[in-house]
Amino acid sequence: MIVARIMPRAEMVHWWFAAGFLMLGLLLVAELVVGSEVWAQRPWRRYLWPGLLFTMGVLMWPVMTFYTNSTIHTVAHGSWAQALMLAGAAELGLARGKLHSQYWRLATSFALVVSGTALLVHEQQHWLFARAAFLHHALGWTLIVGSVFPLLQALRPRSLTAAAGFATTVLATAVLLFCDRDVAPILGHLSQYAGAPHR
Amino acid sequence: MSAEIAQRLKTKAWTRPSVRARIVLAIGPATVLAGIVWALAQPWRLTILSPDGQGFWWLFSEPPLYVVAVGILFRLVVAPGLVEDLER
Repeated sequence: MIVARIMPRAEMVHWWFAAGFLMLGLLLVAELVVGSEVWAQRPWRRYLWPGLLFTMGVLMWPVMTFYTNSTIHTVAHGSWAQALMLAGAAELGLARGKLHSQYWRLATSFALVVSGTALLVHEQQHWLFARAAFLHHALGWTLIVGSVFPLLQALRPRSLTAAAGFATTVLATAVLLFCDRDVAPILGHLSQYAGAPHR
Repeated sequence: MSAEIAQRLKTKAWTRPSVRARIVLAIGPATVLAGIVWALAQPWRLTILSPDGQGFWWLFSEPPLYVVAVGILFRLVVAPGLVEDLER
């Protein structure tokens, strides 16, 4: 009970991850603008966004531990943690030069499919139940559709469309996460079972 | 000051950043602007504006300010080196 009182609310954790995704999106946009050769000129910069992705995967573990109250939630958050860490590790390996095959980029595509599916599967309310339910559906489909872009990047590493699509997917994820509020109406509707609206 | 150094400084002062460099330099401020516009559009998302009775986490959680902070961080940490490498 005391732990529950001192812990931040779930929506606040969504906002922190949103800030992480926003930074990730800005880094991807910057890399897209300057090109991968210029981006890789400073070694530390190569590790920036893969490192951030990996770190967010690591940070998903405490979220899984402290914020899940059912098996499906635990499995969903655990799979996010693993998928983000796998994608981050594969990208770090590519950045370091330890991994050579461009097909390691499929790990990022796989991570987006796993994350999107987990979002859709663990949200058991319909789209218009409350804002959190709407955003889980929207996020799930955004990630599943967005998984096409890293898939394209694996097949065509120099494709600007694929890189722009991936950056846009990440930025859209940030916006949707920032919009999250636990119990708030969506498009003027809030289920009577959702609870009292706040903020 | 030698003529060579003066010439180099003069050349540097007159060099306009490329379109790409200007885009990179604009990413951070554009993000900051987005955060400010969001704060103006939804001031209730800033608990700090009415802090009475709010706990630590609500005062710490200010999403529009997070957006501003990310923009500033990008502008100060990532953009300068990137523009320098781009213009080299």
